[in-house]
Parts: sequence; C-alpha cells; structure tokens
Amino acid sequence: MKYLDEYRDPRLASKMLKRIAERTSRRWTIMEICGGQTHTIIRSGIDRLLPDKISILHGPGCPVCVTPVHIIDKALVLASRTDVIFCTFGDMMRVPGNKEDLLTVKARGGDIRMVYSPLDAVQIARNNPRREVVFFAVGFETTAPANAMAVLQAYRDSLDNFTLLVSQVLVPPAIEAILSAPDNRINGFLAAGHVCTVMGYREYNPLAEKYLVPIVVTGFEPLDIIQGIEMLISQLENGTCRVENQYRRAVTEAGNLKAQHIINEVFDVTDRTWRGIGNIPLSGLALREKYRDFDAEVRFKPGDTVACESSECISGLILQGAKNPFDCPAFGNRCTPEKPLGATMVSSEGACAAYFRYRAKTVEKAG
Amino acid sequence: MTMSDKSRKPFNCPLPISDYPSILVAHGGGGKLMHQLLEKMILPTFSSSFKNNCHDSAVFEIAGTRLAFTTDSYVVRPIQFPGGDIGTLAINGTVNDLAMSGARPLYLSAGLIIEEGFPMETLWQILQSMKQAADTARVKLITGDTKVVDKGKGDGIYINSSGIGIIEHSLNIEPRSVVAGDAVLVNGDLGRHGIAIMAAREGLSIQTRIESDCAPLWNSVLALLSAELEIHCLRDLTRGGLASALVEIAETANLHIEIEEAKLPVREDVRGACEILGLDPVYVANEGRFAIFLPEAQVSRAMDILSNAFPDLAPARVGSVYGANRSAVTVKSTLGVARILDMFSGEQLPRIC
Repeated sequence: MKYLDEYRDPRLASKMLKRIAERTSRRWTIMEICGGQTHTIIRSGIDRLLPDKISILHGPGCPVCVTPVHIIDKALVLASRTDVIFCTFGDMMRVPGNKEDLLTVKARGGDIRMVYSPLDAVQIARNNPRREVVFFAVGFETTAPANAMAVLQAYRDSLDNFTLLVSQVLVPPAIEAILSAPDNRINGFLAAGHVCTVMGYREYNPLAEKYLVPIVVTGFEPLDIIQGIEMLISQLENGTCRVENQYRRAVTEAGNLKAQHIINEVFDVTDRTWRGIGNIPLSGLALREKYRDFDAEVRFKPGDTVACESSECISGLILQGAKNPFDCPAFGNRCTPEKPLGATMVSSEGACAAYFRYRAKTVEKAG
Repeated sequence: MTMSDKSRKPFNCPLPISDYPSILVAHGGGGKLMHQLLEKMILPTFSSSFKNNCHDSAVFEIAGTRLAFTTDSYVVRPIQFPGGDIGTLAINGTVNDLAMSGARPLYLSAGLIIEEGFPMETLWQILQSMKQAADTARVKLITGDTKVVDKGKGDGIYINSSGIGIIEHSLNIEPRSVVAGDAVLVNGDLGRHGIAIMAAREGLSIQTRIESDCAPLWNSVLALLSAELEIHCLRDLTRGGLASALVEIAETANLHIEIEEAKLPVREDVRGACEILGLDPVYVANEGRFAIFLPEAQVSRAMDILSNAFPDLAPARVGSVYGANRSAVTVKSTLGVARILDMFSGEQLPRIC
C-alpha cells in the first residue's frame, strides 16, 4: 500500500537496526511518549530487535489511560440521564470508573453513541433539539482542534443542547513531570508525531535544554520509530541534547497555526489530574469563560467522586517509566483487559494492554 | 456465605455476577466474553447434547448417513448494506456453517421476527434476497415462521435460520483433525464485510465503495473435496475474523498456528479503512471467506483449484501448524518478530488517535 509499505520495509529496517547496534556503546533508556508508538513498538517487535543496551520505556501518552476516574464517573452519571445522548470515541466505552463503564450503562439503557468526530456529535445535537447531547472531549493536543471546532460550530449555531465533558491533556507538562522526578532514568524521548503536527515542536526546546535530554519528534510506522531511535542514539552517543524532527513529512517547527488558533480561542490552560500519576500543574485544557455554556460540568453538575484505585496497581509507575508491565504481580491474572485494575490495561494503547495482547503468553519476560 | 446460600449453589449463575450482572453487546461479539458465556453457562448446561460443540455445525449419523445441522441468528444493522442485506446473510451464513463441516447444504428453515411498522417494501426486498441466495447455493427453504413484535421491541427485523446438509465423504473436517505440518490457506482477501457494514452504519461517514464479501462457500468446498484433497479443517471467518477462528482451532487442536502478516491478503481500500479506524484486518468480519487446513504437500493443488475457480479473490497461504505442548496463535510481523494473536476481548472499538 502506497505511503504505508515504504515505512514497513523489513530490509531498510534491518539496515537501520544494524547501524543502531554499531553505534550503541553503553546503556541508554529511552521513552516513547505516545500510546500509538507503544502499540507499533510492541506489535512489530521493535524493542526485541534493538541491542540489549537500549531499554525502551512507555510513556503516559495514551489519552484513554490517563483520563482520571472522577471524570469517567462524571461521564457515567451524564450517560445515565434519560435526557442525555452521550457521544464518545469508541475506546472510552470500556474504561472503568469507580464501579462500572460506559458499556454497562449502555446495557442498562443509556443512550450512548460512538462517534468518529466531535462534529458528528454537533450534528446529533442539531437533529435532536429536545435532547441534551454531551460529547466526551478526551485526548491530547491531537483531538483538541476538532473538539474546539465543535464548540465553535455550536456557538455559531446557538445550539443550546450541546456540551462537552472536557478532559484534554497536554504532552510537554507530562514530560516535564517525568524528567523532574528524583528517580528519573530517561536519557532521551521520542516525542509524539501527531501532537507535534498540531503544535509544532518549539515548546520542546526549553525541556531539552533544561533537563539535557535529546528529543526526537517521531512518526508511528515501524521505520519511523526505528529511525527516531537511531537519531536519538546518535545524539546520546555524541552528547548532544537537541530537539530533532524525524516526522518531517507531517510536522513543521511551527505546527498547524490555524489549529492552534482554534484551540486558543476555545480553551485555556489549566491544572489536570492524570490517572495513575496525579495532578500536574497546567497540564490540560478547560473551556474559556466565553464558552462556559458548553461545559457539561457547569450545566449538569454531575458531582465529584473520590477515585478508589486498586492499591496493587502500578500503572502510575509504568506511565512514568519507573516500571515495566511484567514487574506487576497482578499482570495477566488479576488484571486483564476484561477486568483492568488500572489505567495502562484499559486501552489497547496502554502499555499493559499492549504487552498482554502481544506478549502475555510468550512467557519470555525478558522483553 | 450462609448455609441457605450454599444449599442453593447448584442453581447459582456460574459467571460471577459481580463481573457482569447483565448481558453486554460484547457477550455476543465473538470475542472472549462470548466464549466465557458459552463455556461457563451454555455448554455445561447442555453438555450431553453438544458432541462437537467447537465447530460451526453439529455432525450426526442417521441410518448410516452423516448429516450436519446448524442454526444461526442474524441481527445485522444496517439491514441493507453494500453487497447484500440481512436476507443474503441469513441464507449464506447458514449454508456456510454447513459447508465448513464438509456437508452439502440441502434444506433450510427461516424464522422472521419483524417489528411492527417495518416497511413492507423492505421486507419484500429481503425475501427476494433470500430466494436469490438460496437459488445460488442450491438449497431449498422448506419451513419457516413469522412473528411480529410491538414497535420498539425489535430492531426492524431479525432472522433465524437453521440448515441441514449431507456429508458425502469420509473425512472428519473439524478442529480436532488439524495436525502439525498442516498449512493454513484462506480463500480470498480479508475484511471486506466488516468494513462495508461499518461504513454503512450511521455515524461513520468515511467514503468507501467497499462491498461485503457475502457469498456461499459450498462451491469452493466442493471443488476442494472433488479433487480428493485431505482437508483437515475448514472454518468461515465471520465474527471475530481470522484471528478468532485460528485461536479457537489452536485451542481445540492444542497446537501452535503461526501466520505471517506480510502474506495476509487484504485489499488496499480495506487496509486503508482499517488504518484510519485503528482496526486490525485479522479481527474484522467476513461473510464469504474461510480458512483451510490441509497437508503441506497439497498446498499448491489447493491454491490452483481456488485460483482457477475464483480468480478475483486472491486466495493465499497464510501460515503453518506446528506441534506444541500449548496452544497458541502467533503472527510474524513484517519485521520478522513473532507476537501473540489473541482472541479479541469485548467488541472491537475504534481508537481515538
């Protein structure tokens, strides 16, 4: 398939891997930020093709995983209301809150609709003027422009039955939280290509300078990731700490200015809680005062719950790169994708779910 | 637990009620939850009646003649989709379940459950599709039933169909017949039906001309049988796709099946849609595709037969069966690393990004 097979070419991959092996003189620990990259790495087995000296840790870049329990609980409350049509991306459906998930609410009769774009939810609101339509606005900088656009459309059309339940998070503050942790052991980052398609990569320069880590903006196909790793290793071996762009076919330094403008028009930066990690200052987005009428939390006041996370779950440590899924005694027995104990097992992009799906039964725990 | 609870234990639900107090859509999705439901509740309840419960139809003998019997219910939405409708599915699906036991499909029944207010015109179209599909598959629809439920108590129309076929050879075509050294073939490109349905479903506005692969499979099976190939197992790749079919067979046969990602036939437009939706084509449903297990030495003959009979389908040899002391399905990535291929848990849900 054009524009796809080129980035999965096994011969090119083995050439690059050979160069990486020749180049690597000492132990390096690198982290990919994005869940999509975690998925590619585990699915195509890239981590197993790298020299033993390179360890790959999986970062907090899965929006499904890091959406906090109290927000999921609010989603469940709203989705249970008979006057509400609750619209969500598919993979939020089985993320457990304190007691249940959206699939269970749907089974009880909740009107929950899977959509592929927030603009579809706006259309549902137009088509159902007597119902309240709530869209679950989850994600990183990648989903923010479309979610913002939905609000702008609803504002323009004076739709009074459309709201967002917002749980938008931002990548750079999460990287900073990981780097500033006292036990941080990450030497370099693969930054998330799609996020940078929107935001560009200027905001990563201060992080690279302050914490002396190289950061390579990387795509999602196997060859993208292998090349990103090669660029990272080359910087680490040379002792440089720059921000580089592997994903040049999609990302520019300034990013998509129009998308950024829309985000800034609708959203303001705010503190956000990350499931498994906790509160990170200025790490998320909230609707600006002008668009408060479109905030489902303001309109419906769904109430706050306190998250009762499993004390056994180590997803917070996994999301911060301190532990590997196989370090967890509950992995694969008490914690599975059907009955996840915590964040990283719930989405197919979570590190634990990826290991469970592709590695669990191979018993080769070496990774 | 009190004594009275204990005394009631035989009647307790064997699925821990705390897990799922009510049925989820995923309990019928062909993945893990459905298998839990089958294995923990349905099969044990009727264990004496299910002799070969791990295959698409039950095979039994009457007066020296081996017959195959199967039933299936069709609840597809939308009712009409590119390449077919619920009527086409109801005939082909049941015909194919019989064919997968190597049985020549003979007679079918059809039960229609129609919701009050259902358009007569659509019902007529569905009946015509059923007739056309039955004629193509050379089966006779000889008995049936019609019920109408109140408005809001059904989703337009549901169809159940059962079928009887006759086995005219001495092979035991079933998962337990698969042995190490077998090759795994598929009769054509994967994923068209699932993507066609998803594209037609409300709320997904990707522009696509992908049509369902819905088709009767008996002619393909007959062509293979007529060549006296030693077929060990056949399995149609419906709900849960190739992955779920292989996992089930590997578990029943207690063998290791390995497939190669690079050899899976998937049409470009289907691959494109899967990439956009974050779906893996090996889990996407088909309605006219099946896997064939036969000895390595017969692969080229089988491929010739399939290619000649159905030149536009791109049949492919996708993997091999190995001996193992544990059942597993692995898939070798394009980079040459093997990973586990598991049954999907729950429904396959499109990803955020």
